[in-house]
Amino acid sequence: MTEQTNKSIKIEVNQLDFFYDQKQALNKISLEIPEQEVFALIGPSGCGKSTFLRTLNRLNDLIHKTSLKGKIKIDGDDIYHSSIDVVQLRKSVGMVFQKPNPFPFSIYDNVAYGPRANGIKKREQLNAIVEKCLRQAALWDEVKDRLDDSGTSLSGGQQQRLCIARVMAVEPDIILMDEPTSALDPLATLKVEELIHELKQNYTIVIVTHNMEQAARVSDKTAFFLDGVVVEVGETDQIFTNPKMKETEDYITGKFG
Amino acid sequence: MQQTLKKKAANLEERIVKIILIIMALASVFSIGLIGFFLFKEGLPFVWNYGITNFLFGTTWNPTNQIYGIFPMIIGTVLVTILAIVIGAPIGIAVAVFLAEVAPARLTRIIKPMVDLLAGIPSVVYGLFGIVVIRSMIRSLAHGPLGEYLPGTYQTGYSVLAGGIILAIMILPTIITISADAIRAVPKEYKEAALGLGSTDWQSVYSVVVPAAKSGIITSIILGTGRALGETMAIIMVAGNTVQIPEFGWQGIFAPVRTLTGNVALEMGYAGPEHRQALFATGIVLFIFIMILNSITLALVKKEH
Amino acid sequence: MSKVKRNQIIAYSLLSLAAALTVTILLAIVFYIMSRGLAMINLAFLLEEPRRMGAEGGIYPAILGTVYLVGVTLLLATPIGVGTAIYLNEYIREGLFKKVIRFTTEALAGIPSIVFGLFGFIFFVILLRDITGGWSIISGSLTGVMMILPVVIRASEEALRNVPNPLREGSLALGTTRWYTIKKIVLPLAFPGILTSLILSIGRVVGETAAFLLTLGGSLLIPRTLFDGSRTLSLHLYMVAMETGNMDMAFGTGAVLIILIIIINFLAGALFKRLIKRFS
Ligand SMILES: Nc1ncnc2c1ncn2[C@@H]1O[C@H](COP(=O)(O)OP(=O)(O)O)[C@@H](O)[C@H]1O
Ligand SMILES: [Mg+2]
Repeated sequence: MTEQTNKSIKIEVNQLDFFYDQKQALNKISLEIPEQEVFALIGPSGCGKSTFLRTLNRLNDLIHKTSLKGKIKIDGDDIYHSSIDVVQLRKSVGMVFQKPNPFPFSIYDNVAYGPRANGIKKREQLNAIVEKCLRQAALWDEVKDRLDDSGTSLSGGQQQRLCIARVMAVEPDIILMDEPTSALDPLATLKVEELIHELKQNYTIVIVTHNMEQAARVSDKTAFFLDGVVVEVGETDQIFTNPKMKETEDYITGKFG
Repeated sequence: MQQTLKKKAANLEERIVKIILIIMALASVFSIGLIGFFLFKEGLPFVWNYGITNFLFGTTWNPTNQIYGIFPMIIGTVLVTILAIVIGAPIGIAVAVFLAEVAPARLTRIIKPMVDLLAGIPSVVYGLFGIVVIRSMIRSLAHGPLGEYLPGTYQTGYSVLAGGIILAIMILPTIITISADAIRAVPKEYKEAALGLGSTDWQSVYSVVVPAAKSGIITSIILGTGRALGETMAIIMVAGNTVQIPEFGWQGIFAPVRTLTGNVALEMGYAGPEHRQALFATGIVLFIFIMILNSITLALVKKEH
Repeated sequence: MSKVKRNQIIAYSLLSLAAALTVTILLAIVFYIMSRGLAMINLAFLLEEPRRMGAEGGIYPAILGTVYLVGVTLLLATPIGVGTAIYLNEYIREGLFKKVIRFTTEALAGIPSIVFGLFGFIFFVILLRDITGGWSIISGSLTGVMMILPVVIRASEEALRNVPNPLREGSLALGTTRWYTIKKIVLPLAFPGILTSLILSIGRVVGETAAFLLTLGGSLLIPRTLFDGSRTLSLHLYMVAMETGNMDMAFGTGAVLIILIIIINFLAGALFKRLIKRFS
């Protein structure tokens, strides 16, 4: 316990409201997400988990007619402040999507995409990055002999790990994951979960999951979302064994719609 | 944080690209502005000086003597366009219904590229075919069995009829493609509901599917009308280009006529200053016809939503 | 047989008849032109200069004129059209600016070609005579650009829209700029669709006559620079048919045109099929 309380706050969310046009999707969200932990977001679908995740790397900026109130600070910087460069922000806040979205080029080029965008051209340097990230994503042994194959030719689980490797190649310090295993079979899910466990040592991870066991297995802290509101947040153990709120209990015991 | 989130020296490439793209996007606005401006600048003063009614309703066109009445050309344009629609629209819509609702997929796959090819054939090729085949056929009719009812100038085959037929063929692809798309866009449930009530296939197509696609079908006819109105080369080649108002009655479809487009294309090459302005004024009339049609389409599309 | 059953049979027979008629018309036109034109086509016809205003000899200058005109027109229209589509689809959202551009593209698409010709004549041929050389390939091309811009814009937009959004988000989420994402992800994926639109635009330029009648000037000489007057195959067909009355030469030119259009449509169709495969 003492080990966790020592950790500094990486992401600080304060009174966050979010709107799609007139429709409010997030309501007065306040959360503190510590460094180098896995933070899980659970809740019924449509409750705003993805919306919240996408406010952290400002991906919602791409959607027409959205607006946001409140503050999100990463390492103390207000990420919606006008002095912030969104491109730089997204380099340090990586994202893994629900449906694996490898680019339609080779495995190698997928991983090298970010570094190349950052101006790295030397082949040896790129080789090193690609190998390191694929190893970290536990994919290297499966693909090292076919780096020129298309990323889309991999299985679903491999594609998702490729996407994780692709994110790591940009060297973010936060990784957002939106139901990263929902499209995967149990074996592939297990591999990704193991990976998340490894990654925690170097990254702060925020993961949305539908799967309660998964949240219990991989996360340190959990927040329960309902209709755009954080109903309860706490240590994962406590949320799953001794929830304080009635709604949380209903949800984790499956009484919820 | 390892990397600073603060703005780097503002990304120059990104900015320059954006400015270039905006300029490109403005090119089409600029084009239409320029076209409108020059058309009106050249043509409008002439219309004022000459008198708008004299110009629109004058029945004589004789540039050598500074007489510029375009009424015969307006009539000519309207006649060939109406004829083209009367012939082309029913056939086009029938083909569209056939392709979208009746024909097996394999047949559609064969016919579709043919319709596209029909759209791609240059209008001068239609014109050539029109002169040699259609005009000759009309001539043998007008000069032969109908000869005794028609004045000599109506017996050459160059006629409203020849123009109407060629234009009808040329607008078929527009009507077929857009109508078929509209019919295909009707939700399958509509038809299934009708079939469920015991209608035959044709009854459900006729009383449910086609009415549901009505606005798309009307749009296709309007766009076809626009194409017919604006067509120039094919029509010059087969319509005879005589500046006269056809006789009222059935004989009229055998009369040679000149269209507004034909007037411009035929005379621009050698026109003097005032004559040229009169031709620009002819262009304005054409432009206004087209804009009216466009607004009707736009209104239709709006009503749809 | 019941009355409804009989009605259905009659109705469907009529619909089939209409389709058969359409196909017959197309085949009649193509076969007629070919049957009279193919006999004219040989190497000399394609590579020799015309004599007696085109009543004799070959069509070489018209072929060159067509190639130059198509080349210059596409060279200018492609960046503008694709750039516009990129701006509309990738940079801005629904709003006034987009509405204005959309409206002007629609309007531009509806303008009859002879009106483009009128404008090209007064603006490029007369007003900018010192720059364009008057009746010239440049004047024709600039007019052509305005005509095919709507086609290129609309089809490119369609192609861009078909690029799956998760790939855009995936790239942007890696901290790449918008333009980098467009260059590396969006444009390569939209390329076949854009190419299809360009090929169809070639068809439009090849088939167009009225606008070029007023801007190219119809010279029968071999164009030496882009500032020389010229004629396209379509224009040549028209002038030969109407001025010399030698229909055989016109049919020969017509056959060349039809072959060109068939090739263009075939290429566009093949590309389009590949496109559908890629996104399904
Ligand atoms: N792009 C969008 N436009 C409008 N509403 C949206 C959009 N995305 C999500 N929403 C709405 O916002 C709410 C939260 O959605 P989301 O964040 O995707 O929920 P979750 O990820 O928890 O399932 C839902 O009601 C959803 O309908
Ligand atoms: Mg979600």
